[in-house]
Order: sequence, then structure tokens, then C-alpha cells
Amino acid sequence: MTPSVKRAIQDIRQNRFLNAVTIITIALSILIVSAFALFFINTNDLMNAWKRGIRIMAYLKPETPQAEIPELKKKIQNMYGVSEARFISKEDALNGLKTHMKRQSSLLDNLRENPLPDTFEILMIASSQSWERVEMLAADIEKLSQVAEVEYGQRWLERFTNIFNLFRLAGYALGALFFMAAIFFVANTIRLVLYSRREEVEIMRLVGAADSFIKMPFYIEGLIQGALGGIIGLAALFVIFLFVSSNVPQDFSTGFFHIRFLPLPVFVAVIFSSMFVGWLGCYLSLKQYLKS
Amino acid sequence: MIDSEDKSAIIRLFHVYRNYGVKHALIDITLDIFNNEFLFISGPSGAGKTTLLKLLYLAEPVSDGQILVDGLNLSRIPRKNIPFLRRKFGIVFQDYKLILTKTVYENVALVLEAAGEKRRLIHKKVKSVLRTVGMEQRLNSLPPSLSGGEQQRVAIARAVIGDPNIILADEPTGSLDVDAADLVMDLLKKFHTRGATVVIATHDKALIHKTGGRVVHLNEGRLQVTPEI
Ligand SMILES: Nc1ncnc2c1ncn2[C@@H]1O[C@H](COP(=O)(O)OP(=O)(O)OP(=O)(O)O)[C@@H](O)[C@H]1O
Ligand SMILES: [Mg+2]
Repeated sequence: MTPSVKRAIQDIRQNRFLNAVTIITIALSILIVSAFALFFINTNDLMNAWKRGIRIMAYLKPETPQAEIPELKKKIQNMYGVSEARFISKEDALNGLKTHMKRQSSLLDNLRENPLPDTFEILMIASSQSWERVEMLAADIEKLSQVAEVEYGQRWLERFTNIFNLFRLAGYALGALFFMAAIFFVANTIRLVLYSRREEVEIMRLVGAADSFIKMPFYIEGLIQGALGGIIGLAALFVIFLFVSSNVPQDFSTGFFHIRFLPLPVFVAVIFSSMFVGWLGCYLSLKQYLKS
Repeated sequence: MIDSEDKSAIIRLFHVYRNYGVKHALIDITLDIFNNEFLFISGPSGAGKTTLLKLLYLAEPVSDGQILVDGLNLSRIPRKNIPFLRRKFGIVFQDYKLILTKTVYENVALVLEAAGEKRRLIHKKVKSVLRTVGMEQRLNSLPPSLSGGEQQRVAIARAVIGDPNIILADEPTGSLDVDAADLVMDLLKKFHTRGATVVIATHDKALIHKTGGRVVHLNEGRLQVTPEI
């Protein structure tokens, strides 16, 4: 196999410009596709972190007597999946609101009556934080006679999930487009190299070289183009990643959630698919060429 | 070669035609070429000598008729087996067909690489065969930097390196002076005595006279068998 590798490297050196353009095209495709992947992975992490922080707020009916509160608290705490139920009286809630609003808190002073309800803040145990669980639990809590309304930030998270999925779809489409472009570029490069080497190929055939022997260096060339393109693309992504992550506001990335680079399996998969692009581009142009 | 009979034909042509459009390059050629024969195909320019050789290694198909090489019917050889047919031949092309971007060494080594030989063996054989043709000093030269005669010698080295059964040489002394031509003919004779069948296409009557062997004469695509010289 060594002569094939040698010939492939010779080819790349002799057609430096063509190969550079091809490798850059592959690198750009890989950069864009893996940037999307990186974005999805981190957004997914972020959404999971948010979900982990989900709490269900149960607003009690105003006529609920104070005496029933401890009983209710026990009931809620015994529900499946609940880790903690914290009672917030309407007075506490109002005070909280006042400290939160600071300067405008005088507006609240004029209230004749506290408009806020008593509330239970319910945290869930980590293992039962699928959406269905949250929904089921919320429904159960809502069925309690003292509970007027349940809220769990469902709507905006759901909407966000939808947007996220739409984004992901766009990412797939764009990725497919770029991969097609990369395949096209590789195929074209190999076609041009083949064309510039047609006499050599003809001579090789005349002295008894099989098609597989003639093809091998081109495949190796395609694989090298793919691997180099993949590595360069990922390296560029990493540089961009370092830049972006050092500029992300601290409070955004602390807590449950840390921005991270592509995990190793994805990294490896990207390199392999990049090499596949090189191989496929090669396959397409060789198939066409050696038929003649 | 399993066949030990001296006069067995290794190449047989039956009523072979080759047309290029309306032009008839070869017309009704029937010819046996025998095992370990030293055969000249003579004829003026345009007679069809190169065309005849091309049909043997399937560079081109016959328009009509049949050719057997080593018992194989060429019209029945599947595409993927053509390389194996070609490895039976060592071919010195009229225009050398050296790869201009590869060194002398690489050009000659190519035959063995394509046949899947080991690197060490290739190295040994290439050096030895280049020594035989007197080109061992030019291993790393590119063909364009060689004289016509030197290129021809490299072409001969490439033709014989695979120990072929049959050597086809198309004007192998075409661009050589008398001394260099003698050297090349001596070389081909040497491979002949080692058991190869040698077929030489040439229009050089003096060369044929000097060398000796069976001669078949081509004229305007037709074969005229002449007695041995
Ligand atoms: N590919 C081709 N297309 C059309 N005509 C061809 C082709 N190849 C050969 N011919 C014609 O066939 C005839 C025989 O050509 P060929 O090359 O076999 O001659 P030759 O005997 O080898 O001549 P020379 O001694 O000049 O090499 C010529 O008239 C040539 O013009
Ligand atoms: Mg000729």
C-alpha cells in the first residue's frame, strides 16, 4: 500500500492549489455543521439545566383557612416525585415583591388589601424530571380542593423547545447542503486530477495495472483531503469556541450549566464523516471516469 | 507454459479485421506466432503494424475475426481480467509511453507494483534490469531529461521486468544509432534465449537482415508471408 500513499501525497503536492481549495471547502462545511452541533449540544444542556430547576407553584384559594396549611403541606410532600414543598404566605410574597421592586415599592403601600395568594413552591426530586412527570404532578396538585391554580413555566419552555427543534431542522438542512457542496468539490478536484493524469492512467492500464490499483491513490487522496478538512474545520471551531466561551457572562454559565466543546465521540464522528465525504467525492468521479 | 511442444502457437489470429470508420487498417489477417519464436512484422509506414500489436493486448478490439493468446479467446475476456492478459506481455511502445512525471526507477517499478510484488523484490529487480539496459546511472532522472535512445532503453527495461512470456516491440530501434540498435537487439535476443516469444514490428529491412528470424510482411493492412531469412 505504500506506493499508493506515496502517489497520493505526490498528487496533493503537485496539485497544491486545487487541493487547498478542496480542503478549505471541506473545512468550512465541517465548521458550519459542527458549529450547529455545538450549539445544539449546549442548548440542550441549558434546557436540561432549566428543567432541573423547574418548580411548580401552587396558588391557593384565598378562602383557604390557615389551619389547613400544615395538612396540605404534608399531602403535597407525600406526592410522588416531590422533594420539597415550601409554603410562602401572601404576606411573605408581598414583602418579597416589595424588596424586589425597591424604589417603586411605594406603589404597593397604597394597596388596601394584599392581592397575592398563599403559595406552595414545590421542588421535584432530580430523577423524576421528565416533562410528563412535571405535568402529571401539576395536574394532581391542581386537583387538591385548596389549590386555585398551578404554574410551572411550561409555556415558554415549550415554546423554546419548539424554536429549538425548528433550529435543529434548519441545521440539518444546512448541514446536508454543505456536505453536498463538499462532496461536489472533492469529486471535481479528483476529476481534474484524473484529467491531468489521463495519460499516466492510460499507461498504467497498458502495463497491466488493475483499476483498483489505479484508483487506490485517488481514494487515499480523498481520505486525506477529508481528514485534513475535518481537522482544520474543528480546529477553527475550537478557536471560535474559546473566544465565545470566554465572553459568555459568568452568571449565565455558572450553576447547573457549563458551556462545553464537542464531546469526544462527536469529535471522532465529525472527522470520520469528513473522511467519508472525501471518499464519496472520489468514488463518484472515479466511477464516472473509469467507465470509459 | 505447460506446452512443451516447440512448434505450438502462443498467439493465433483468425481472419482478423480492424476498421477505423471506412478505413481498413487490417484486412483478413490469419497468423500463428509460435512459442519462443523471434518474429519480425515488417512493412512500410501505415501498413498496420502497430494496429496489429494493439489488438493482441486489447488496447483495441477487433472489428471481425478472432485472436487467441496463450489459449485465451480475447473476445471472451471480461473487462476486469484484461490486466492479467496484459501482464503476459512486455510491451515496448513505438512512442515509449513513459510517464513523464515519474523517475526512471518509478516508471520501471510500476509494472511490479501493479502486479502486487513486494517492495524489496521490486527494488532488486529494477536495479538489475536497469543495469542490463545500461541505465543504472539514471535511476532518478525524469524521462524528458533523457535522450530518445535512453528513453527507449528504459521502455525496454519496463517491458522485460515482469518476466513476460511475450515481448512485443514496436520499432524498438526507431530512434537509435546503429550501435545502440545492436545493443537493443542483443538484449531482445537475450530474453528470447531465456524463453520469451519476441515479436518486433519494424520497417527497417537492414535490421531484419542483420538479426535474422521469421518475417511476416504487412502491406496496406494485408499479410504477405515471406520465407525465412
Ligand atoms: N486510431 C486511429 N484512427 C484512425 N485511423 C487509424 C488509427 N490508428 C491507426 N490508424 C490508421 O491505420 C493505419 C495503420 O496504422 P498503424 O499505426 O498500424 O501503422 P504502422 O504500420 O504502425 O505505421 P508506422 O510504421 O508509421 O508506425 C494507418 O493508415 C493509420 O492512419
Ligand atoms: Mg507503428
